Amino acid sequence: MTPAIEIKGLHKYFGANEVLKGIDITVEAGQVVCVVGPSGSGKSTLLRCVNLLEEPTEGTVHVEGIEVTDPDADIDSVRRRIGMVFQQFNLFPHMTALQNVMISQRRVLKRSSKEAEIVARDNLNKVGVSDKCDAYPSQLSGGQQQRVAIARALAMDPDLMLFDEPTSALDPELVGDVLAVMRKLAEEGMTMLVVTHEMGFAREVADRVVFMDGGVIVEDGPPAQVIGDPQHERTRSFLKRVLHPEG
Amino acid sequence: MSDQPVAAAPGRARLSPRKKQKITRGTQYVVLGVVLGALLLYVDWASLSQNFAKGDVAEKALPELFTIALRNTLIYTIGGFVLAFVLGLIFALMRISPVRPYRWIATIYIEIFRGLPALLIFLLITFLPLALPGFEVPGGTYGQGILGLGLVGAAYQAEVFRAGLQAVPKGQTEAARSLGMSAARAQFTVVIPQAIRIVIPPTTNQFVSLLKDSSLVLFLGVSGQYVELAKFGNDLASQYANATPIMVAGLTYLIVTVPLGYLATRLEKRKGSGR
Repeated sequence: MTPAIEIKGLHKYFGANEVLKGIDITVEAGQVVCVVGPSGSGKSTLLRCVNLLEEPTEGTVHVEGIEVTDPDADIDSVRRRIGMVFQQFNLFPHMTALQNVMISQRRVLKRSSKEAEIVARDNLNKVGVSDKCDAYPSQLSGGQQQRVAIARALAMDPDLMLFDEPTSALDPELVGDVLAVMRKLAEEGMTMLVVTHEMGFAREVADRVVFMDGGVIVEDGPPAQVIGDPQHERTRSFLKRVLHPEG
Repeated sequence: MSDQPVAAAPGRARLSPRKKQKITRGTQYVVLGVVLGALLLYVDWASLSQNFAKGDVAEKALPELFTIALRNTLIYTIGGFVLAFVLGLIFALMRISPVRPYRWIATIYIEIFRGLPALLIFLLITFLPLALPGFEVPGGTYGQGILGLGLVGAAYQAEVFRAGLQAVPKGQTEAARSLGMSAARAQFTVVIPQAIRIVIPPTTNQFVSLLKDSSLVLFLGVSGQYVELAKFGNDLASQYANATPIMVAGLTYLIVTVPLGYLATRLEKRKGSGR
């Protein structure tokens, strides 16, 4: 079976600064892979290279067998199949929650307004904000905004989802709602690549955990191994700081 | 100001801060009184009102003041504004375009038309038929006035739009693109609608500015039914050798510009407090 994501020899420079120093990683269809690591380790950049929000400097990225790094690739059509959720939600502030979830269905998939609305309401219902359809983003809490953003991505019927620190901008008491939605998605078999600091989520939901540091993958394996019994000193010291911040 | 009594340092500070403030304010009132008194004494009020506010001359301005002059001012201004709005948006998009020659063209245009006095543009427009034989600005006198105001306004409006487009966070484009929208689609569906909201207050100011600049139509050599407020006032003033019509025209500008100014301020405040 074709892997959902296959990355080979990926390097990314910002100017002279090498952020990714040769990344190889494969995500099989249906897998949930969590990427953890200290800030500045290149996790988000890696994620953003998958749907080409960042252009890789070197190396190849295949999504469902299509090489997105090929200059001739139809990137818009590949992106349609990749849902992306951002740390800052990035809802469209001039549209209601419902319109946010409808707009790309209408404009990109050319669905009728009736069909788009049905799909939008279904997805808003699924993420638990069906009562906020007519609210503007500024009237929603961070947790509600992020769930609308997830519904917006899901409405495009993506084959895989990218999550870029989806709970990092949330107040602590709102994190649970978003994680619950993501857990539900994982249980339904969605392919997910998740950059996160939520170790509990990674341990319980992920099929694999990838630990990155300094632009390279240090460790890659099942959560029980990477989080439960890390082999590398860098992983151990990172986990110690994250799990027991006060030492 | 602190209301707490300040312990006076011994031997010093004969005046408390509050007392000092009182004296300063008192002085300001005295100066104001002296200046007003001098004005009352030395200005020849009768002659002033005779020349600047003569009732029967003011009456001569009616009803053409509104039916012709104000109407034409609004035609020139609104026409120029629409042209400036469209051209300005195009130049703003060119200015942030990845295509380098577009950026050059837009930058050169904006720098030239912001750097030149608007009056100069109007003078040049009168020479257009000489420069381009057979060419005529569509719409005749109206067209010339609108063209002049539009060309000047576009340069300023382009900068307003550019600032607005750049004020929309990058994450908005990224979200739109990752939903599969093309770059152009993302601009028109997500970025431009937000930018327009941001630029409404400065655009209102821009409109006021164009309204005032419409007085430059005077230099196109317009006459008859094409005159706008400034020309209308000036013509009547010459006819009666009296400045009152110019004052009346000025008041008419204020009737439009002052409320618009307040509107812009209010819109700005509303923007500041979120949607």
